[in-house]
Amino acid sequence: MIEFQLDETSGVATYLQLVQQVHQALRMGMLEPGDQLPTAQQVVAKLAINPNTVHKAYRELEREGLARARPGLGTFITRSPAGTDPATQARFLAAMTDWLRSARSAGLGPDDIEAIYRTAFRTCFAEGVA
Amino acid sequence: MMTAVIQASGLGKQYRRTWALRDCTLAIPEGRVVGLVGPNGAGKTTLLQLATGLLTPTRGTISVLGDHPAVSPALLARVGFVAQDTPVYARMRVADHLRLGAWLNPGWDDELAQRRIGQLGLDPKQRAGSLSGGQRAQLALTLALAKRPELLLLDEPVASLDPLARREFLRSLMEAVAEHGTSVVLSSHLVADLERVCDYLVVLVASRVRIAGEVSALLASHHRLSGPRRDPGTLPAGQEVIEESHTDKQTVLLVRTGEPVHDPAWTVTPVSLEDLVIAYMNPASDIPARRPQLGVAS
Repeated sequence: MIEFQLDETSGVATYLQLVQQVHQALRMGMLEPGDQLPTAQQVVAKLAINPNTVHKAYRELEREGLARARPGLGTFITRSPAGTDPATQARFLAAMTDWLRSARSAGLGPDDIEAIYRTAFRTCFAEGVA
Repeated sequence: MMTAVIQASGLGKQYRRTWALRDCTLAIPEGRVVGLVGPNGAGKTTLLQLATGLLTPTRGTISVLGDHPAVSPALLARVGFVAQDTPVYARMRVADHLRLGAWLNPGWDDELAQRRIGQLGLDPKQRAGSLSGGQRAQLALTLALAKRPELLLLDEPVASLDPLARREFLRSLMEAVAEHGTSVVLSSHLVADLERVCDYLVVLVASRVRIAGEVSALLASHHRLSGPRRDPGTLPAGQEVIEESHTDKQTVLLVRTGEPVHDPAWTVTPVSLEDLVIAYMNPASDIPARRPQLGVAS
């Protein structure tokens, strides 16, 4: 069983934080198919949040096909998210590291680099409503 | 059709020459935890007292769980109310409060009351007057919950509590919502208290409803735009300015819009619930010419 945390300064909606923590736990092997997620009652007792928020997060996980509610029993993990294979991840990590090194030697500081990354990210994923 | 736990139409309450609440039209859906926010004196207590039937309207109508509060004693059993400063009887013992609750309420759930008192570690023999603020609030909440109400109204329940007691109180309240599906309306002048727990928000300012709706919908429809200086009058028709500030080079706006903002000149960032409420509380944001009647979500 995993335990949820809440970051009130992140600006990320509470239900989304719960969804992301399940994704993260799946990636790290802390959750596997067949594992039960905490009940709404348990999450509420720990975090003092609205139970509807927990239901919303679990509905989102069901919509993604990662979890399933079994009436009277709880919500269970059904499968792991389709992860990218380790070789691909390693290739992009290496490319990104090279890119960062060259940006740094061109005189860019961490803030410059982060601004460039965010702009590029937004362009690629049309984040939000920009 | 969605059932409304509180439905108000043109509701107003006047004390001598002052309107404590006016033109209040609302339809609060069931199963929500509603935050009623606004500065002190905005009309929050008046609205809650109209909903309990402690006050009668000067104008308009209010119905609660489909019934009229002031004329229906039967409704009292279905509504729990925790008044401001969570009043208890100082000279009575904790156990006497439960006995009184059982005697006054036909649907009293004594098992729930005893269990909560046990969980809270309250001594049944202790006089309520010697409880801490947090314990007193929890006792008042226990009395309201043991009625097993369909709707629970709480007037500033956490205002006088320290952060730990505040968190504990909200935790108890949310556990009850998870267990019984109770609809809740709680007022506060601090939105930070409510950010974790509310999924519906009503903002009252100067005795009027400024905005009401689902928290997720409110957050999705409000954005902060920042960019080169610009006259807000040149914005597309669907973008309503709630708050604006300008320097000689830059303009920062908080806008409400149902449509995505496509203008590449703007940097668009989401707003927090607190920013949103503060923008609506700001009297300068109440510019009638630029603010058509806000839709009150139903």
